[in-house]
Amino acid sequence: MNFDDPVYALSLVVFLPALVAVFMTLLPKGSDDLVKLITFVTTVATLVLVAVFMLSPFDLADGGMQPELTFSKPWIPSFSIDYFMGVDGISLPLVVLTAFISLVSMVAAWSINKNVKGFCMLFLVLETGMLGVFLALDFFLFYVFWEVMLLPMYFLIGIWGGPRKEYAAIKFFLYTLFGSVLMLIAILMLYFNSDLTALDADTLAQLHLSEAAMQDVADATDGQMVHTFNILALAKMGQTTDLFSQGDILFDGWTVQHWAFLLLLIGFVIKVPSVPVHTWLPDAHVEAPTPISMILAGVLLKMGGYGIIRICYPICPDAGYDFAWFVCLLGVVSMVYGAFAALAQTDFKRMVAYSSVSHMGYVVLGLGVWSVSAANGFDSTSWNMGIKGAMFQMIGHGISSAGMFFMVGVIYERVHHRNLNEFGGLYGRMPAYTAMAMIIFFAGLGLPGLCGFIGEVLVVLSVWNFSSLLAVISASVVVLTAGYILWAIQRVYLGPEYKGPHGDEITPITAREASVGVTLAVFAVLFGVFPHFFALRYMDATIDRQVTELTNWTKTVKTPQLHEAEEANQAVADSHGPVPPESETLFPTTIETRDGHQAASDVQRRVDGLDISKSAPVGSERRTGDPLMNRGV
Amino acid sequence: MHVHEIATHLINDTYASLWPKFAPEIILALSIMLMLIVRILPFGQRVPGFLMAIVVAGTALVFANPGQLAGGSEIAREELFTGMLVYDGFTVFMRTFLLVFAILFAVLTRLTRNPEQEDAVDFYCLVLGSTLGMCLMASANHLLVVFLAVEMASVPSYVLAGQLKYNRRSSEASLKYAVYGAGAAGIMLYGISLLAGVLNTVHLPTMADQLFQVMPLLSSDQRMVLALGGLMVMVGLAFKLSAVPFHFWCPDVFEGASSEVNAFLSVASKAAALALLVRVAIGFSQAPDRIAESAVVAMPVAVVSVDTMEVTDEEESTAGESAYGSGPLTPVRRFMVLMIGIIAIVTCTFGNLAAYAQTNIKRLMAYSTIAHAGYMMMAVPPAIAVATTHPEIAASAVSALALYVAIYLLMNLAAFAIIAFYRNSLGSEEISAYSGLIRRSPVIVVMFALVLFSLVGLPPLAGFLGKFAIFASITNAWRVSGNGFLLLLLIVGGINTAISLFYYLRVVKVMTIDPELDSSPAVGGSPVSLLAGIYVTILVVPIVTLLLYTEELNKWTLEATKQLF
Repeated sequence: MNFDDPVYALSLVVFLPALVAVFMTLLPKGSDDLVKLITFVTTVATLVLVAVFMLSPFDLADGGMQPELTFSKPWIPSFSIDYFMGVDGISLPLVVLTAFISLVSMVAAWSINKNVKGFCMLFLVLETGMLGVFLALDFFLFYVFWEVMLLPMYFLIGIWGGPRKEYAAIKFFLYTLFGSVLMLIAILMLYFNSDLTALDADTLAQLHLSEAAMQDVADATDGQMVHTFNILALAKMGQTTDLFSQGDILFDGWTVQHWAFLLLLIGFVIKVPSVPVHTWLPDAHVEAPTPISMILAGVLLKMGGYGIIRICYPICPDAGYDFAWFVCLLGVVSMVYGAFAALAQTDFKRMVAYSSVSHMGYVVLGLGVWSVSAANGFDSTSWNMGIKGAMFQMIGHGISSAGMFFMVGVIYERVHHRNLNEFGGLYGRMPAYTAMAMIIFFAGLGLPGLCGFIGEVLVVLSVWNFSSLLAVISASVVVLTAGYILWAIQRVYLGPEYKGPHGDEITPITAREASVGVTLAVFAVLFGVFPHFFALRYMDATIDRQVTELTNWTKTVKTPQLHEAEEANQAVADSHGPVPPESETLFPTTIETRDGHQAASDVQRRVDGLDISKSAPVGSERRTGDPLMNRGV
Repeated sequence: MHVHEIATHLINDTYASLWPKFAPEIILALSIMLMLIVRILPFGQRVPGFLMAIVVAGTALVFANPGQLAGGSEIAREELFTGMLVYDGFTVFMRTFLLVFAILFAVLTRLTRNPEQEDAVDFYCLVLGSTLGMCLMASANHLLVVFLAVEMASVPSYVLAGQLKYNRRSSEASLKYAVYGAGAAGIMLYGISLLAGVLNTVHLPTMADQLFQVMPLLSSDQRMVLALGGLMVMVGLAFKLSAVPFHFWCPDVFEGASSEVNAFLSVASKAAALALLVRVAIGFSQAPDRIAESAVVAMPVAVVSVDTMEVTDEEESTAGESAYGSGPLTPVRRFMVLMIGIIAIVTCTFGNLAAYAQTNIKRLMAYSTIAHAGYMMMAVPPAIAVATTHPEIAASAVSALALYVAIYLLMNLAAFAIIAFYRNSLGSEEISAYSGLIRRSPVIVVMFALVLFSLVGLPPLAGFLGKFAIFASITNAWRVSGNGFLLLLLIVGGINTAISLFYYLRVVKVMTIDPELDSSPAVGGSPVSLLAGIYVTILVVPIVTLLLYTEELNKWTLEATKQLF
């Protein structure tokens, strides 16, 4: 096997944990420490492989899929499904985050003593599923990995969880499965409306299509559609053709892509999670064992954000533009609701869980601010900032929330309760632990110089251009965040003495625990001080490219469409008015001529239409011409 | 034509049909008689029944020639016995499926030691007889054969359901099954006679041809009779499919009969019923020779004046030309799509909801079977809706059904096999008896969990592929026809997948998360023998790895369904 070939390199990274899990079945019972060690070594190896195969050859200047790290092989040709994976600036930070969080949470999992072999096997399968989701570029493959995570997660919560583990585990499973079934419907809708032959040869060449797919395109007879699950190709179709803009399903103007966007969005925001589909999260977090909470908050929630940025917007830009307010509202409502809910908690872990709901609201908000429009001259600066902010927030939250859950876990293992009102005085008893916890909780608070700050500030700034009201609300959430975090710190760490039960079991933090805590705290600082070096420089080119593409789409496709619609409304209103204005004849005839045309390939014509409406002389020429044309034709 | 000529023609046709295209059925029929005779002979007592069954089914399988599907050579569609049966790729596929199942089934019964040695030959004769009926169902081309085949498959099943001697529940199951079956058969026969009365034939292609010609001319009364006949035939099929509202027998029979027999009823019987549904639905909704369509329309069909023709034409065009195809058979297709679609929706939803409350694993699996019948029936409406406009999409829908059926064999056989093994060792079929079983037999429990998750349809397990294929064909048919009903079907199917999770997961939860029962024997060791474990593994490995070689299976099913439309 030649690991210069991305097929082997990426496959090894993704499937190494699962393979180790399979081999682990051969180990005899009772070798718990060995099993833990093997799992730990595997997570280390995965992180090293990610660094060697992906991070080091990564070309910072390339905004597309890294050609050296992308491959596509035919898998199920009769459904045109490919084994297609790749790395770009959006997936790379999340892959690294996944490998890193898996490693630290495996260290945190050392305290697990019940059925260790089962735990480690499920843990490794989970890691394969998570890595696969971030690397898959074939929609079918993406879906398979997305679901593969569900089973291990169910058991990890259900078997190793707290008192209400069964309820929490099945709730998590049902919510996610419901979302993914909707996602499957959307995938099928997009698949059957896709057509590779609608793209020109130059575009096709950029899409990393497998040989089988290229062959299908070459063999396609006239009018025969060649469907595809290729996410890059679907994005191209969404932006340059009208394949997904057909049909009025149930509601007027709701095309295939509106429904697909909505169904996918539901699936993703369940994972994020946004209010009102967030209720699985506090339950799952509270019941899950500490390492699983870390994975859940650190990686799993990021999949929702990743899906929105990778799939929803590029493939369904039209719907994304139309639903921008809806998405932003989801984000803001989650931020506010999550923060208030966190304030109200007395359970330490539940409070941290609600803080995740609030923090992930920034991600949804940052992705949703489509602040590019004709009004601001198609200025994409703040939108670009919003998406970068959202991406950074995902990374920063991955570190800070994993850290917070770990900190809760450390104290829970000693005193076996999580009641915020029954702590206090830990500063005196566990000084090192308290110092680490302070750094991490302040990172969650969004203190400047720590990892939580950059993402929040970028997102809040970007919202100004979209809606100052939302910006004010989202900025003031910071106050609430400070409120619940400071209050929690005060009740847990400060104060004269410890008030709760099992006070004599409070022992200083162990070396193993400290290693996890210090690592996370150090990275929280590093990401806060050098955000560009550690995260932003990897994602810059890719996000710039995606935003530029979508801005161009807004300029050349969406805005002319909006103009048309406006004109049509105007015309209708005018024709019903008592005194029809002079220009009445203009609009119906132009609309009539447009109806005849396929919107496909007609970006140019729409631009012409826009020019007409703007420049009076041309318009007046057309006005005089139209009645003649009508008579003549 | 003289009587003599007709007789000669008949004899020649019969001889030509008998071999090799009808060979598997002949082998089955002869072997059943042979097995009964061997039993009387003194040394025959000692020949193990399951071995005979495997040899017979294996021989029939060889003559069913499944290699044709993979070989790439075209299987010519051909009518046997003057149109009573049809031989095509689908026949070959279904026969192969049923005979492979018969072999696996015989192995299973050997491993679970049910039936006992003295009943074995009777038992396998019944199984093979039922399989013979199912093979006929899959190749039926004539409503009389449909009826005969359904009875041929059902009557041995009634006896199989009562196979546990001195067991009240089993006898009750058998009686219920027989009474229900007899009622359904009677209604079906009546429906067939109504159809025959209106159309003067019960040969499916000729019926379609007749419908094609007279449909625009029928009065509303006659259409009513036709619809009634169609519904009544559907009653018979729905009984075999255990579709709501003719499912009542299913949980009771499953609870009473042994789980081996349940595996037989839920896999083989269901597959054959689905094949029959496909045959009947396609037969009615598609004129046999599409090339002739224009010619037939052009032909003056006497009696009726031109205006009536125009009126009906207008009615049809308003009824949604594109949504159900075009031509005089459009109303027939609409009727079929709505009827089968609604039954599928109700069956699937009801099965999933009713399964929630079950405490007995066999009853739970019975409702699961009902729900799966619903999913599988969902493949038929899209196929009918686009049968004339996009035959290749229609064929792919039936191919998705075939794929699902093949995967379903693995899942349900594995599930019932595990239930049977656990019954032998735990002595109970209550779900609560499985508490904490993972500590005593981890391997089997993990495999059972995989099977159950596959039944939910979670990737990467095989069950997902079946659902994916069916949902995909519904979406595709919806896209090309714009038929909103298909969208409804898709959404209902999707939501059902999500709600079905709960009850399968409950079984998994009991086995893995719940603590062990105090009453369970303290003795360690696996309650399932090594051979049984290997048997289950053989079934589960393909479930887990099917995603890697889906392409091959998909090619076979596409090949098998190519000539249907």
